[in-house]
Amino acid sequence: MDAATETAPARARMTARQRRRLARGVQYAVIVAVVAALAAAADWDRIAASFFQLDIAADMFPAVWTSFWNTIVYTVLAFAFGMVVGVPIALMRVSAFGPYRWFATAYVEVFRGLPALLVLFLVGFGVPQAFPGIQYPGGVYGQVAIGLGLTSSAYIAESVRAGIQAVPKGQVEAARSLGMGHTRTMVTVVLPQALRIVVPPLTNELVMLTKDSSLVFVLGVTTATMELSKFARNELTDTANATPLLVGGLLYLLLTIPLGLLARRLENREDKR
Amino acid sequence: MTDPIVKIEGLHKRFGDNEVLCGIDLEIAEGEVVCLIGPSGSGKSTLLRCVNLLETPTEGSITAAGHDMTGPDADLDLARRDIGMVFQHFNLFSHMTILDNLVVPQRRVCKIPKDEAVAEARRLLAEVGIEGKERAKPSQLSGGQQQRVAIARALAVKPRLMLFDEPTSALDPEIVGEVLTVMKGLAAEGMTMLVVTHEMGFAREVADRVLFLDGGVIVEQGPPAEVLTAPKTERARSFLHRVLHPVD
Repeated sequence: MDAATETAPARARMTARQRRRLARGVQYAVIVAVVAALAAAADWDRIAASFFQLDIAADMFPAVWTSFWNTIVYTVLAFAFGMVVGVPIALMRVSAFGPYRWFATAYVEVFRGLPALLVLFLVGFGVPQAFPGIQYPGGVYGQVAIGLGLTSSAYIAESVRAGIQAVPKGQVEAARSLGMGHTRTMVTVVLPQALRIVVPPLTNELVMLTKDSSLVFVLGVTTATMELSKFARNELTDTANATPLLVGGLLYLLLTIPLGLLARRLENREDKR
Repeated sequence: MTDPIVKIEGLHKRFGDNEVLCGIDLEIAEGEVVCLIGPSGSGKSTLLRCVNLLETPTEGSITAAGHDMTGPDADLDLARRDIGMVFQHFNLFSHMTILDNLVVPQRRVCKIPKDEAVAEARRLLAEVGIEGKERAKPSQLSGGQQQRVAIARALAVKPRLMLFDEPTSALDPEIVGEVLTVMKGLAAEGMTMLVVTHEMGFAREVADRVLFLDGGVIVEQGPPAEVLTAPKTERARSFLHRVLHPVD
Protein backbone atom coordinates (compact mmCIF):
# COMPACT_ATOMS: atom_id res chain seq x y z
CA MET A 1 0.00 0.00 0.00
CA ASP A 2 1.50 3.32 -1.00
CA ALA A 3 0.84 6.76 0.49
CA ALA A 4 -1.72 7.85 -2.12
CA THR A 5 -4.14 5.03 -1.48
CA GLU A 6 -3.75 5.52 2.25
CA THR A 7 -4.89 9.20 2.27
CA ALA A 8 -7.92 8.60 0.04
CA PRO A 9 -9.89 6.61 2.62
CA ALA A 10 -8.79 9.15 5.26
CA ARG A 11 -10.47 11.94 3.27
CA ALA A 12 -13.50 9.84 2.66
CA ARG A 13 -13.84 9.42 6.42
CA MET A 14 -14.51 13.17 6.74
CA THR A 15 -18.26 13.66 6.69
CA ALA A 16 -19.93 16.32 4.54
CA ARG A 17 -20.57 18.32 7.65
CA GLN A 18 -16.93 18.25 8.72
CA ARG A 19 -15.86 19.34 5.25
CA ARG A 20 -18.29 22.28 5.36
CA ARG A 21 -16.95 23.29 8.76
CA LEU A 22 -13.37 23.12 7.51
CA ALA A 23 -14.17 25.24 4.43
CA ARG A 24 -15.87 27.85 6.59
CA GLY A 25 -12.91 27.91 9.01
CA VAL A 26 -10.54 28.59 6.13
CA GLN A 27 -12.68 31.49 4.89
CA TYR A 28 -12.79 33.05 8.37
CA ALA A 29 -9.01 32.74 8.65
CA VAL A 30 -8.50 34.51 5.31
CA ILE A 31 -10.83 37.36 6.26
CA VAL A 32 -9.14 37.86 9.63
CA ALA A 33 -5.73 37.90 7.96
CA VAL A 34 -6.81 40.51 5.37
CA VAL A 35 -8.39 42.77 7.98
CA ALA A 36 -5.34 42.48 10.24
CA ALA A 37 -3.00 43.32 7.35
CA LEU A 38 -5.07 46.39 6.39
CA ALA A 39 -5.25 47.54 10.01
CA ALA A 40 -1.50 47.21 10.38
CA ALA A 41 -0.79 49.03 7.13
CA ALA A 42 -3.18 51.95 7.73
CA ASP A 43 -1.99 55.20 9.27
CA TRP A 44 -4.66 55.46 11.96
CA ASP A 45 -3.68 58.86 13.23
CA ARG A 46 -3.91 60.31 9.79
CA ILE A 47 -7.28 58.69 9.12
CA ALA A 48 -8.61 59.94 12.43
CA ALA A 49 -7.29 63.43 11.67
CA SER A 50 -9.00 63.44 8.25
CA PHE A 51 -12.38 61.99 9.14
CA PHE A 52 -12.99 62.19 12.86
CA GLN A 53 -12.43 65.78 13.93
CA LEU A 54 -15.15 66.18 16.52
CA ASP A 55 -14.83 69.97 16.73
CA ILE A 56 -15.26 70.30 12.95
CA ALA A 57 -18.26 67.98 13.08
CA ALA A 58 -19.75 70.00 15.94
CA ASP A 59 -19.22 73.27 14.06
CA MET A 60 -21.45 71.99 11.22
CA PHE A 61 -24.43 72.10 13.55
CA PRO A 62 -26.98 73.55 13.53
CA ALA A 63 -26.38 74.97 10.01
CA VAL A 64 -26.36 71.49 8.48
CA TRP A 65 -30.01 70.97 9.38
CA THR A 66 -31.08 73.52 6.75
CA SER A 67 -29.36 71.50 4.03
CA PHE A 68 -30.65 68.25 5.53
CA TRP A 69 -34.16 69.65 5.43
CA ASN A 70 -33.68 70.87 1.85
CA THR A 71 -32.57 67.37 0.81
CA ILE A 72 -35.86 66.03 2.17
CA VAL A 73 -37.90 68.79 0.53
CA TYR A 74 -36.24 68.30 -2.88
CA THR A 75 -36.78 64.55 -2.66
CA VAL A 76 -40.43 64.87 -1.70
CA LEU A 77 -41.12 67.51 -4.36
CA ALA A 78 -39.47 65.48 -7.11
CA PHE A 79 -41.30 62.34 -5.97
CA ALA A 80 -44.63 64.17 -5.91
CA PHE A 81 -44.04 65.47 -9.44
CA GLY A 82 -42.92 61.99 -10.49
CA MET A 83 -46.15 60.45 -9.18
CA VAL A 84 -48.43 63.11 -10.64
CA VAL A 85 -46.87 62.61 -14.08
CA GLY A 86 -45.87 58.95 -13.78
CA VAL A 87 -49.27 57.46 -12.91
CA PRO A 88 -51.05 58.99 -15.95
CA ILE A 89 -48.13 57.91 -18.15
CA ALA A 90 -48.53 54.38 -16.77
CA LEU A 91 -52.26 54.49 -17.60
CA MET A 92 -51.41 55.67 -21.12
CA ARG A 93 -48.93 52.80 -21.45
CA VAL A 94 -51.72 50.25 -20.95
CA SER A 95 -54.32 52.20 -22.93
CA ALA A 96 -56.14 50.57 -25.82
CA PHE A 97 -55.72 53.83 -27.75
CA GLY A 98 -52.54 53.62 -29.85
CA PRO A 99 -51.36 57.25 -29.78
CA TYR A 100 -51.49 57.32 -25.96
CA ARG A 101 -49.41 54.17 -25.84
CA TRP A 102 -46.86 55.49 -28.34
CA PHE A 103 -46.49 58.79 -26.54
CA ALA A 104 -46.09 57.13 -23.14
CA THR A 105 -43.55 54.64 -24.49
CA ALA A 106 -41.49 57.42 -26.07
CA TYR A 107 -41.71 59.47 -22.87
CA VAL A 108 -40.48 56.59 -20.72
CA GLU A 109 -37.67 55.66 -23.09
CA VAL A 110 -36.44 59.26 -23.31
CA PHE A 111 -36.45 60.14 -19.63
CA ARG A 112 -35.20 56.75 -18.50
CA GLY A 113 -32.40 56.96 -21.05
CA LEU A 114 -31.14 60.44 -20.15
CA PRO A 115 -28.85 61.11 -17.18
CA ALA A 116 -30.69 62.90 -14.37
CA LEU A 117 -27.96 65.53 -14.38
CA LEU A 118 -28.55 66.40 -18.04
CA VAL A 119 -32.30 66.69 -17.50
CA LEU A 120 -31.64 68.98 -14.55
CA PHE A 121 -29.40 71.14 -16.76
CA LEU A 122 -32.10 71.19 -19.43
CA VAL A 123 -34.74 72.36 -16.98
CA GLY A 124 -32.47 74.79 -15.15
CA PHE A 125 -30.69 76.38 -18.12
CA GLY A 126 -31.96 75.02 -21.46
CA VAL A 127 -35.62 75.82 -20.99
CA PRO A 128 -35.10 79.36 -19.57
CA GLN A 129 -32.90 80.12 -22.54
CA ALA A 130 -35.38 78.80 -25.07
CA PHE A 131 -38.33 80.47 -23.37
CA PRO A 132 -37.07 83.74 -21.94
CA GLY A 133 -39.10 85.04 -19.03
CA ILE A 134 -40.22 81.60 -17.91
CA GLN A 135 -40.75 81.44 -14.16
CA TYR A 136 -40.70 78.15 -12.29
CA PRO A 137 -43.12 78.15 -9.39
CA GLY A 138 -41.14 78.31 -6.14
CA GLY A 139 -37.91 79.23 -7.94
CA VAL A 140 -35.26 76.58 -7.44
CA TYR A 141 -37.81 74.32 -5.72
CA GLY A 142 -39.91 74.26 -8.87
CA GLN A 143 -36.84 73.61 -11.01
CA VAL A 144 -35.85 70.67 -8.83
CA ALA A 145 -39.35 69.22 -8.70
CA ILE A 146 -39.50 69.20 -12.50
CA GLY A 147 -35.81 68.55 -13.21
CA LEU A 148 -35.52 65.49 -10.98
CA GLY A 149 -39.21 64.62 -11.23
CA LEU A 150 -39.10 64.08 -15.01
CA THR A 151 -36.53 61.32 -14.70
CA SER A 152 -38.30 59.89 -11.69
CA SER A 153 -41.69 59.91 -13.44
CA ALA A 154 -40.32 57.58 -16.13
CA TYR A 155 -39.24 55.02 -13.53
CA ILE A 156 -42.45 55.45 -11.54
CA ALA A 157 -44.50 54.98 -14.72
CA GLU A 158 -42.74 51.69 -15.43
CA SER A 159 -43.28 50.45 -11.87
CA VAL A 160 -46.95 51.40 -11.89
CA ARG A 161 -47.48 49.82 -15.31
CA ALA A 162 -46.02 46.57 -13.99
CA GLY A 163 -48.35 46.90 -10.99
CA ILE A 164 -51.40 47.42 -13.20
CA GLN A 165 -50.51 44.38 -15.25
CA ALA A 166 -50.01 42.33 -12.09
CA VAL A 167 -53.64 42.84 -11.03
CA PRO A 168 -55.44 39.59 -11.91
CA LYS A 169 -57.65 39.77 -14.99
CA GLY A 170 -60.55 38.32 -12.99
CA GLN A 171 -60.71 41.52 -10.92
CA VAL A 172 -61.40 43.52 -14.07
CA GLU A 173 -63.92 40.98 -15.34
CA ALA A 174 -65.77 41.05 -12.02
CA ALA A 175 -65.93 44.85 -12.07
CA ARG A 176 -67.08 44.99 -15.70
CA SER A 177 -69.71 42.30 -15.14
CA LEU A 178 -71.16 44.43 -12.33
CA GLY A 179 -71.67 47.25 -14.80
CA MET A 180 -68.62 49.38 -14.01
CA GLY A 181 -67.24 51.22 -17.02
CA HIS A 182 -63.62 51.11 -18.11
CA THR A 183 -62.56 54.25 -16.22
CA ARG A 184 -64.59 53.36 -13.14
CA THR A 185 -62.97 49.91 -13.08
CA MET A 186 -59.51 51.44 -13.35
CA VAL A 187 -60.12 53.92 -10.53
CA THR A 188 -62.10 51.70 -8.15
CA VAL A 189 -60.54 48.29 -8.64
CA VAL A 190 -57.29 48.21 -10.64
CA LEU A 191 -55.32 51.27 -9.50
CA PRO A 192 -55.79 50.76 -5.74
CA GLN A 193 -54.49 47.21 -6.08
CA ALA A 194 -51.70 48.19 -8.49
CA LEU A 195 -50.44 50.95 -6.20
CA ARG A 196 -50.38 48.52 -3.28
CA ILE A 197 -48.27 46.15 -5.35
CA VAL A 198 -45.78 48.87 -6.30
CA VAL A 199 -45.26 50.41 -2.86
CA PRO A 200 -41.93 48.56 -2.36
CA PRO A 201 -40.41 49.62 -5.72
CA LEU A 202 -41.70 53.15 -5.18
CA THR A 203 -39.97 53.26 -1.80
CA ASN A 204 -36.76 52.29 -3.55
CA GLU A 205 -37.38 55.10 -6.03
CA LEU A 206 -37.59 57.44 -3.05
CA VAL A 207 -34.15 56.23 -1.90
CA MET A 208 -32.73 56.87 -5.37
CA LEU A 209 -34.23 60.36 -5.39
CA THR A 210 -32.79 61.14 -1.97
CA LYS A 211 -29.35 60.49 -3.41
CA ASP A 212 -30.06 62.19 -6.75
CA SER A 213 -31.03 65.36 -4.87
CA SER A 214 -27.27 65.85 -4.50
CA LEU A 215 -27.29 66.95 -8.16
CA VAL A 216 -29.24 70.07 -7.34
CA PHE A 217 -26.02 72.04 -6.65
CA VAL A 218 -25.56 72.48 -10.42
CA LEU A 219 -28.48 74.91 -10.45
CA GLY A 220 -26.47 77.33 -8.33
CA VAL A 221 -27.91 77.33 -4.85
CA THR A 222 -27.72 79.77 -1.96
CA THR A 223 -27.18 79.00 1.72
CA ALA A 224 -30.93 78.82 2.13
CA THR A 225 -31.53 76.39 -0.74
CA MET A 226 -28.40 74.25 -0.40
CA GLU A 227 -28.78 70.49 0.00
CA LEU A 228 -26.66 68.11 2.05
CA SER A 229 -23.91 67.17 -0.41
CA LYS A 230 -23.19 70.74 -1.43
CA PHE A 231 -23.11 71.82 2.21
CA ALA A 232 -20.68 69.04 3.11
CA ARG A 233 -18.47 69.91 0.16
CA ASN A 234 -18.37 73.58 1.14
CA GLU A 235 -17.37 72.61 4.64
CA LEU A 236 -14.72 70.32 3.20
CA THR A 237 -13.23 73.25 1.32
CA ASP A 238 -13.48 75.62 4.29
CA THR A 239 -11.89 73.29 6.81
CA ALA A 240 -9.57 71.36 4.48
CA ASN A 241 -10.80 68.27 6.29
CA ALA A 242 -12.93 65.27 5.29
CA THR A 243 -14.98 65.09 8.50
CA PRO A 244 -17.94 67.03 6.92
CA LEU A 245 -18.21 64.32 4.26
CA LEU A 246 -18.55 61.67 6.95
CA VAL A 247 -21.21 63.70 8.77
CA GLY A 248 -23.07 64.34 5.50
CA GLY A 249 -22.88 60.67 4.62
CA LEU A 250 -24.27 59.63 7.98
CA LEU A 251 -27.16 62.05 7.56
CA TYR A 252 -27.99 60.49 4.14
CA LEU A 253 -27.99 57.07 5.74
CA LEU A 254 -30.31 58.43 8.41
CA LEU A 255 -32.82 58.90 5.57
CA THR A 256 -32.09 56.01 3.24
CA ILE A 257 -31.64 53.10 5.65
CA PRO A 258 -35.07 53.52 7.31
CA LEU A 259 -36.61 53.79 3.82
CA GLY A 260 -34.82 50.63 2.76
CA LEU A 261 -36.02 48.78 5.87
CA LEU A 262 -39.53 50.05 5.24
CA ALA A 263 -39.42 48.80 1.66
CA ARG A 264 -38.31 45.37 2.82
CA ARG A 265 -41.03 45.20 5.46
CA LEU A 266 -43.67 46.17 2.91
CA GLU A 267 -42.35 43.53 0.53
CA ASN A 268 -42.62 40.86 3.21
CA ARG A 269 -46.13 41.96 4.04
CA GLU A 270 -47.00 41.74 0.35
CA ASP A 271 -45.63 38.19 0.19
CA LYS A 272 -47.79 37.10 3.08
CA ARG A 273 -51.02 38.24 1.47
CA MET B 1 -96.00 33.52 -23.55
CA THR B 2 -93.67 36.39 -22.68
CA ASP B 3 -90.49 37.19 -24.57
CA PRO B 4 -87.46 35.09 -23.66
CA ILE B 5 -85.01 36.82 -21.29
CA VAL B 6 -82.07 35.48 -23.27
CA LYS B 7 -82.16 35.02 -27.02
CA ILE B 8 -79.07 33.86 -28.88
CA GLU B 9 -79.10 33.43 -32.65
CA GLY B 10 -76.39 32.04 -34.89
CA LEU B 11 -73.61 32.62 -32.36
CA HIS B 12 -70.08 31.86 -33.54
CA LYS B 13 -66.90 32.57 -31.61
CA ARG B 14 -63.43 32.11 -33.01
CA PHE B 15 -60.10 32.60 -31.26
CA GLY B 16 -57.76 32.94 -34.22
CA ASP B 17 -58.25 29.79 -36.27
CA ASN B 18 -59.89 27.94 -33.42
CA GLU B 19 -63.68 28.00 -33.67
CA VAL B 20 -64.98 27.49 -30.13
CA LEU B 21 -68.66 28.11 -30.78
CA CYS B 22 -70.05 26.95 -34.10
CA GLY B 23 -73.56 28.27 -34.39
CA ILE B 24 -75.50 28.38 -31.14
CA ASP B 25 -79.22 29.14 -31.02
CA LEU B 26 -80.72 29.38 -27.56
CA GLU B 27 -83.72 30.92 -25.85
CA ILE B 28 -84.18 31.07 -22.11
CA ALA B 29 -87.50 31.97 -20.53
CA GLU B 30 -87.83 34.23 -17.51
CA GLY B 31 -87.39 32.20 -14.31
CA GLU B 32 -85.86 29.24 -16.07
CA VAL B 33 -82.78 27.46 -14.67
CA VAL B 34 -80.58 26.12 -17.42
CA CYS B 35 -77.50 24.00 -16.77
CA LEU B 36 -74.73 23.76 -19.35
CA ILE B 37 -72.76 20.54 -19.26
CA GLY B 38 -70.15 19.08 -21.53
CA PRO B 39 -66.50 18.08 -21.75
CA SER B 40 -63.79 20.69 -21.16
CA GLY B 41 -63.11 22.71 -24.28
CA SER B 42 -66.67 22.22 -25.48
CA GLY B 43 -67.34 25.97 -25.32
CA LYS B 44 -69.60 26.10 -22.24
CA SER B 45 -67.73 28.92 -20.51
CA THR B 46 -67.26 30.83 -23.74
CA LEU B 47 -70.99 30.64 -24.42
CA LEU B 48 -71.72 31.93 -20.93
CA ARG B 49 -69.19 34.75 -21.26
CA CYS B 50 -70.71 35.78 -24.58
CA VAL B 51 -74.07 36.43 -22.92
CA ASN B 52 -72.72 39.48 -21.05
CA LEU B 53 -70.15 40.23 -23.75
CA LEU B 54 -67.09 39.45 -21.63
CA GLU B 55 -66.23 37.67 -24.87
CA THR B 56 -67.17 39.45 -28.08
CA PRO B 57 -69.00 37.14 -30.46
CA THR B 58 -67.45 36.72 -33.88
CA GLU B 59 -70.89 36.33 -35.45
CA GLY B 60 -74.49 36.19 -34.34
CA SER B 61 -76.82 38.20 -32.17
CA ILE B 62 -77.53 38.15 -28.46
CA THR B 63 -80.37 39.73 -26.55
CA ALA B 64 -80.26 39.48 -22.78
CA ALA B 65 -82.46 41.00 -20.06
CA GLY B 66 -84.07 43.28 -22.60
CA HIS B 67 -80.78 44.60 -23.99
CA ASP B 68 -79.60 44.11 -27.53
CA MET B 69 -76.06 43.11 -26.52
CA THR B 70 -74.64 42.83 -30.03
CA GLY B 71 -76.41 45.86 -31.49
CA PRO B 72 -74.50 48.93 -32.62
CA ASP B 73 -75.92 51.11 -29.84
CA ALA B 74 -75.48 48.60 -27.04
CA ASP B 75 -74.70 50.22 -23.68
CA LEU B 76 -72.87 47.27 -22.17
CA ASP B 77 -72.29 48.88 -18.76
CA LEU B 78 -75.99 49.47 -18.38
CA ALA B 79 -76.87 46.01 -19.68
CA ARG B 80 -74.41 44.19 -17.42
CA ARG B 81 -76.16 45.53 -14.31
CA ASP B 82 -79.07 43.34 -15.30
CA ILE B 83 -76.85 40.29 -15.82
CA GLY B 84 -75.09 39.06 -12.69
CA MET B 85 -72.03 36.88 -13.04
CA VAL B 86 -70.35 34.46 -10.63
CA PHE B 87 -66.87 33.20 -11.47
CA GLN B 88 -65.02 29.97 -10.81
CA HIS B 89 -62.35 31.83 -8.83
CA PHE B 90 -64.80 34.18 -7.04
CA ASN B 91 -62.89 37.33 -8.08
CA LEU B 92 -63.88 39.29 -5.00
CA PHE B 93 -62.16 42.68 -4.89
CA SER B 94 -59.18 41.69 -2.79
CA HIS B 95 -58.35 45.17 -1.50
CA MET B 96 -61.85 45.78 -0.14
CA THR B 97 -63.61 44.44 2.94
CA ILE B 98 -66.44 41.97 2.48
CA LEU B 99 -68.96 44.72 3.16
CA ASP B 100 -67.33 47.10 0.66
CA ASN B 101 -67.39 44.39 -1.98
CA LEU B 102 -71.17 44.71 -1.83
CA VAL B 103 -71.46 48.41 -1.01
CA VAL B 104 -69.07 49.89 -3.56
CA PRO B 105 -70.77 48.41 -6.66
CA GLN B 106 -74.17 49.63 -5.43
CA ARG B 107 -72.84 53.13 -4.81
CA ARG B 108 -70.64 53.47 -7.90
CA VAL B 109 -72.85 51.65 -10.39
CA CYS B 110 -76.37 52.28 -9.16
CA LYS B 111 -75.68 55.55 -7.30
CA ILE B 112 -77.46 54.29 -4.20
CA PRO B 113 -76.92 56.37 -1.04
CA LYS B 114 -74.49 54.89 1.46
CA ASP B 115 -76.95 54.03 4.25
CA GLU B 116 -79.23 52.21 1.87
CA ALA B 117 -76.33 50.36 0.22
CA VAL B 118 -74.96 49.21 3.57
CA ALA B 119 -78.38 48.01 4.72
CA GLU B 120 -78.89 46.10 1.48
CA ALA B 121 -75.39 44.62 1.70
CA ARG B 122 -76.08 43.34 5.22
CA ARG B 123 -79.39 41.86 4.14
CA LEU B 124 -77.74 40.03 1.22
CA LEU B 125 -74.83 38.76 3.33
CA ALA B 126 -77.30 37.38 5.86
CA GLU B 127 -79.22 35.75 3.04
CA VAL B 128 -76.15 33.83 1.86
CA GLY B 129 -75.25 32.95 5.45
CA ILE B 130 -72.23 35.21 5.95
CA GLU B 131 -72.37 36.88 9.36
CA GLY B 132 -69.76 38.76 11.35
CA LYS B 133 -67.29 38.94 8.45
CA GLU B 134 -68.11 42.46 7.28
CA ARG B 135 -64.71 43.90 8.13
CA ALA B 136 -62.73 40.87 6.93
CA LYS B 137 -60.78 40.81 3.68
CA PRO B 138 -61.71 38.16 1.09
CA SER B 139 -58.43 36.27 1.67
CA GLN B 140 -59.47 35.61 5.28
CA LEU B 141 -62.53 33.65 4.16
CA SER B 142 -62.80 30.06 2.99
CA GLY B 143 -63.48 29.38 -0.67
CA GLY B 144 -67.09 28.52 0.02
CA GLN B 145 -67.60 31.71 2.00
CA GLN B 146 -65.94 33.77 -0.73
CA GLN B 147 -68.17 32.28 -3.38
CA ARG B 148 -71.28 32.99 -1.32
CA VAL B 149 -70.13 36.60 -0.91
CA ALA B 150 -69.53 36.73 -4.68
CA ILE B 151 -73.12 35.62 -5.28
CA ALA B 152 -74.35 38.29 -2.86
CA ARG B 153 -72.20 40.89 -4.62
CA ALA B 154 -73.65 39.97 -8.01
CA LEU B 155 -77.16 40.28 -6.53
CA ALA B 156 -76.37 43.69 -5.03
CA VAL B 157 -76.87 45.50 -8.34
CA LYS B 158 -80.27 43.82 -8.82
CA PRO B 159 -79.73 41.64 -11.88
CA ARG B 160 -82.64 40.01 -13.70
CA LEU B 161 -80.51 37.09 -14.81
CA MET B 162 -77.56 35.29 -13.24
CA LEU B 163 -74.67 33.56 -15.00
CA PHE B 164 -72.58 31.02 -13.08
CA ASP B 165 -69.26 29.92 -14.55
CA GLU B 166 -68.32 26.65 -12.81
CA PRO B 167 -69.06 28.19 -9.41
CA THR B 168 -68.00 25.14 -7.40
CA SER B 169 -65.08 23.83 -9.47
CA ALA B 170 -62.43 25.58 -7.37
CA LEU B 171 -63.89 24.42 -4.05
CA ASP B 172 -62.99 21.52 -1.80
CA PRO B 173 -65.62 18.80 -2.12
CA GLU B 174 -66.96 19.20 1.41
CA ILE B 175 -67.85 22.88 0.91
CA VAL B 176 -69.43 22.57 -2.51
CA GLY B 177 -72.77 21.98 -0.81
CA GLU B 178 -72.98 25.34 0.96
CA VAL B 179 -72.66 27.17 -2.36
CA LEU B 180 -75.13 24.90 -4.15
CA THR B 181 -77.62 25.47 -1.32
CA VAL B 182 -77.45 29.23 -1.88
CA MET B 183 -77.92 28.72 -5.62
CA LYS B 184 -80.87 26.43 -5.01
CA GLY B 185 -82.47 29.09 -2.83
CA LEU B 186 -81.97 31.63 -5.58
CA ALA B 187 -83.59 29.33 -8.12
CA ALA B 188 -86.52 28.81 -5.77
CA GLU B 189 -87.03 32.59 -5.60
CA GLY B 190 -87.55 32.54 -9.34
CA MET B 191 -84.21 33.91 -10.53
CA THR B 192 -83.34 33.10 -14.13
CA MET B 193 -80.05 31.21 -14.07
CA LEU B 194 -77.61 29.94 -16.65
CA VAL B 195 -75.13 27.62 -14.94
CA VAL B 196 -72.00 25.98 -16.31
CA THR B 197 -71.43 23.07 -13.96
CA HIS B 198 -70.05 19.61 -13.43
CA GLU B 199 -72.41 19.01 -10.51
CA MET B 200 -74.82 16.53 -12.08
CA GLY B 201 -76.73 16.22 -8.82
CA PHE B 202 -77.44 19.92 -8.82
CA ALA B 203 -78.42 19.86 -12.49
CA ARG B 204 -80.78 16.96 -11.92
CA GLU B 205 -82.43 18.55 -8.92
CA VAL B 206 -82.60 22.23 -9.80
CA ALA B 207 -82.38 22.66 -13.56
CA ASP B 208 -85.48 23.05 -15.69
CA ARG B 209 -83.43 22.22 -18.73
CA VAL B 210 -80.00 20.72 -19.34
CA LEU B 211 -77.91 21.58 -22.38
CA PHE B 212 -75.15 19.23 -23.47
CA LEU B 213 -72.46 21.06 -25.41
CA ASP B 214 -69.70 19.40 -27.38
CA GLY B 215 -67.42 20.77 -30.06
CA GLY B 216 -69.07 24.20 -29.95
CA VAL B 217 -72.61 23.03 -30.70
CA ILE B 218 -75.59 22.12 -28.55
CA VAL B 219 -75.69 18.37 -29.08
CA GLU B 220 -78.68 17.63 -26.91
CA GLN B 221 -81.08 19.43 -24.62
CA GLY B 222 -84.15 18.78 -22.55
CA PRO B 223 -85.38 18.23 -19.01
CA PRO B 224 -82.66 16.82 -16.74
CA ALA B 225 -84.53 13.54 -16.31
CA GLU B 226 -84.22 12.97 -20.06
CA VAL B 227 -80.77 14.30 -20.84
CA LEU B 228 -79.04 12.99 -17.72
CA THR B 229 -80.74 9.62 -17.44
CA ALA B 230 -81.57 8.67 -20.99
CA PRO B 231 -79.38 10.68 -23.36
CA LYS B 232 -80.30 10.24 -27.00
CA THR B 233 -76.87 10.80 -28.50
CA GLU B 234 -73.82 8.62 -28.14
CA ARG B 235 -71.62 11.64 -27.33
CA ALA B 236 -73.77 12.63 -24.37
CA ARG B 237 -74.00 9.04 -23.22
CA SER B 238 -70.24 8.54 -23.17
CA PHE B 239 -69.66 11.93 -21.51
CA LEU B 240 -72.12 11.18 -18.74
CA HIS B 241 -70.67 7.74 -18.29
CA ARG B 242 -67.19 9.22 -17.85
CA VAL B 243 -68.47 11.82 -15.36
CA LEU B 244 -70.53 9.42 -13.29
CA HIS B 245 -68.08 6.50 -13.41
CA PRO B 246 -64.62 8.05 -13.54
CA VAL B 247 -62.80 4.79 -12.76
CA ASP B 248 -63.93 1.89 -14.89
